[in-house]
Amino acid sequence: MTDLDTRPETAAAPRRAVDVAQYGLAAFVTLVGAYVLYDASGLEDGFADQPVQPYALPYVVGAVLVALGIALAVATARGDRPEAEEGEDVDLTEPSDWKTVGGLAGVMVVNIALIDWLGWAITGALLFTGCAYFLGARSILRAAAIGVVLSIGTFYGFYSGLGIPMPAGILDGIL
Amino acid sequence: MELLLEGFQTALTPTNLLFAVLGVMLGTAVGVLPGIGPAMTVALLLPVTYNVSPSSAIILFAGIYYGGMYGGSTTSILLNTPGESSSVITAIEGNKMAKAGRASQALATAAIGSFVAGTIGTILLVLLAPTVADLVVQLGAPSYFAIMLVALAAVTLVLGASKLRGMIALFLGLTVGLVGTQTGQARMTFDQPLLADGIDIVVVAVAIFAIGEALWVAAHLRRRPLDIIPVGQPWMSKSDLRRSWKPWLRGTAYGFPFGALPAGGAEVPTFLSYATERKLTKHPEEFGHGAIEGVAGPEAANNASAAGTLVPLLAIGLPTTATAAVILLAMQSYGIQPGPQLFDNEPQLVWGLLASLFIANTLLLVINLPMAPLWAKLLQIPRPYLYAGILFFASLGAYSVNFQAFDLALLLGFGVLGLAMRRFGIPVLPLIIGVILGPRLEEQLTQALALSQGDVSTLWSEPVAVLCYLLVALGLVGSVVAGVRRRRGGSDHDDRPQQPDQPRAGAERVEAGR
Repeated sequence: MTDLDTRPETAAAPRRAVDVAQYGLAAFVTLVGAYVLYDASGLEDGFADQPVQPYALPYVVGAVLVALGIALAVATARGDRPEAEEGEDVDLTEPSDWKTVGGLAGVMVVNIALIDWLGWAITGALLFTGCAYFLGARSILRAAAIGVVLSIGTFYGFYSGLGIPMPAGILDGIL
Repeated sequence: MELLLEGFQTALTPTNLLFAVLGVMLGTAVGVLPGIGPAMTVALLLPVTYNVSPSSAIILFAGIYYGGMYGGSTTSILLNTPGESSSVITAIEGNKMAKAGRASQALATAAIGSFVAGTIGTILLVLLAPTVADLVVQLGAPSYFAIMLVALAAVTLVLGASKLRGMIALFLGLTVGLVGTQTGQARMTFDQPLLADGIDIVVVAVAIFAIGEALWVAAHLRRRPLDIIPVGQPWMSKSDLRRSWKPWLRGTAYGFPFGALPAGGAEVPTFLSYATERKLTKHPEEFGHGAIEGVAGPEAANNASAAGTLVPLLAIGLPTTATAAVILLAMQSYGIQPGPQLFDNEPQLVWGLLASLFIANTLLLVINLPMAPLWAKLLQIPRPYLYAGILFFASLGAYSVNFQAFDLALLLGFGVLGLAMRRFGIPVLPLIIGVILGPRLEEQLTQALALSQGDVSTLWSEPVAVLCYLLVALGLVGSVVAGVRRRRGGSDHDDRPQQPDQPRAGAERVEAGR
């Protein structure tokens, strides 16, 4: 019984697991660098009064990024692990909760898709309510009420307080 | 001096005084909220200052800045984990004090210490910034170019634990800075007319600071409630005051010069201050269990360094911390370009700003000491509403720049990048500084070479430039040597004070010093 319990622990102790996700970051950095190089290759010579060619800096930045991406991949393979950032409300002992993050990103995408049509006064309320829901608010109704107050309040705050009229979207003429 | 008095005249009109009070209250209220540091406070409150006259906006803004700084320290004392790296040290002893039932004294020594350090720091700023500006204004483009290189190298190589990650952040930032048509040809615009003017730095800053942070917290949200320590009216006894005033002054002496250096930041001086107080204290047994000196010194250092940061920002136009970077953006959005010419071109504005820093600092003490119990209540705000609110106001801030849905898409994209950076331990500061300084670096290089008609040797034709290159070279060699030594030494603790933030490291250093 005790044997069974201790075995996985002793097996896990010397484990120096590679942070596989970090390869993704390395790939991203390399790809960005490669695109910068590609983009620079399409630039033409500058005007006669331009001593620094428009492609000069991009070539440097792109090349360094590619090198950094490769360096990060090598470091990752050697067992380099990142120190994730801590914070007041961050609990790193729990595994990452990507469902919540996905939900929040989804709410933001909905906001982007609808804001031109519906206007901030409506999508802002949706944004707040949706985010509060995915973050685990106990009462959706209360979240929605706060959201409506905030979005209409900021709309009028911008309009009368700062003198900046926001696009009203579908509510044009009503607000 | 006369100019400063004129500045006070600008700042002390009833309307502007009202703006100062409003700024201090807003800044403190937002800064106290957990998960929101000073840089994010300032970034989120940027839209509030739009469409107010520049001088009022700047006064509002000075209040927000100092209020946000103060709010952060309240949070770290009353919660058991610090928000940003500069308040790590304050949090160590401050939270211990609070747990031992001395929260009022911890808050009082932090608030009065901030006031003392802020006032001395602002006086030094008033004395130094015009002088530095006079010197800098004589420099040519080659020197500017070199100074910017020093700043980039400093934030990347000196701060943060991993140089590789610092470099990645810096070059991603430079890449963002490339976007646009400022050279006459479209670079990295993906044929999007909306990208022709480049990516708005306000959007990038709000995304990286606010969205990235909110998403990162969402991925790891503490489901258990934090124990928040109830607090009454901050006060301190005579003996507390006797133990605090020397640490305040010593902390100020550490903080200001470090803040004014290109590699500034508040981490190193707060750390040094803590180590010093621990060594000099008459109550060594209290350290680690809530010693008031350990709150007074680092908190003063933190605030003095915030004032010091404004020297390179106002006199050279060089941001050296995340908060300074956001302030630079704010000033640019009012059409003000910080730099050596600022003192000549806009004397009324600059001196109004300097005067309002004094006023904000005083208001902070007058308003916030009695209001501390109220601010402490903000810590209990339910987290779903808090972070939904951050996402809401961040979206509003990005949207209000141009009222384009496209900016919100950029916001989300960079927010996800900010999330990834926190997950992989990539520092945020080099990226933001890279976005700001990248285009200016290219501009100064172009200007230098245009004047010399393409002769590259002009780059090291000025003594200041040569000095800067030597500094960069030294820094590079130093970091390589430190890397090699660490690899060889294995468990040997390295002696650079920047890296370790833990109190354990502080203890080690003090032991080594004895």
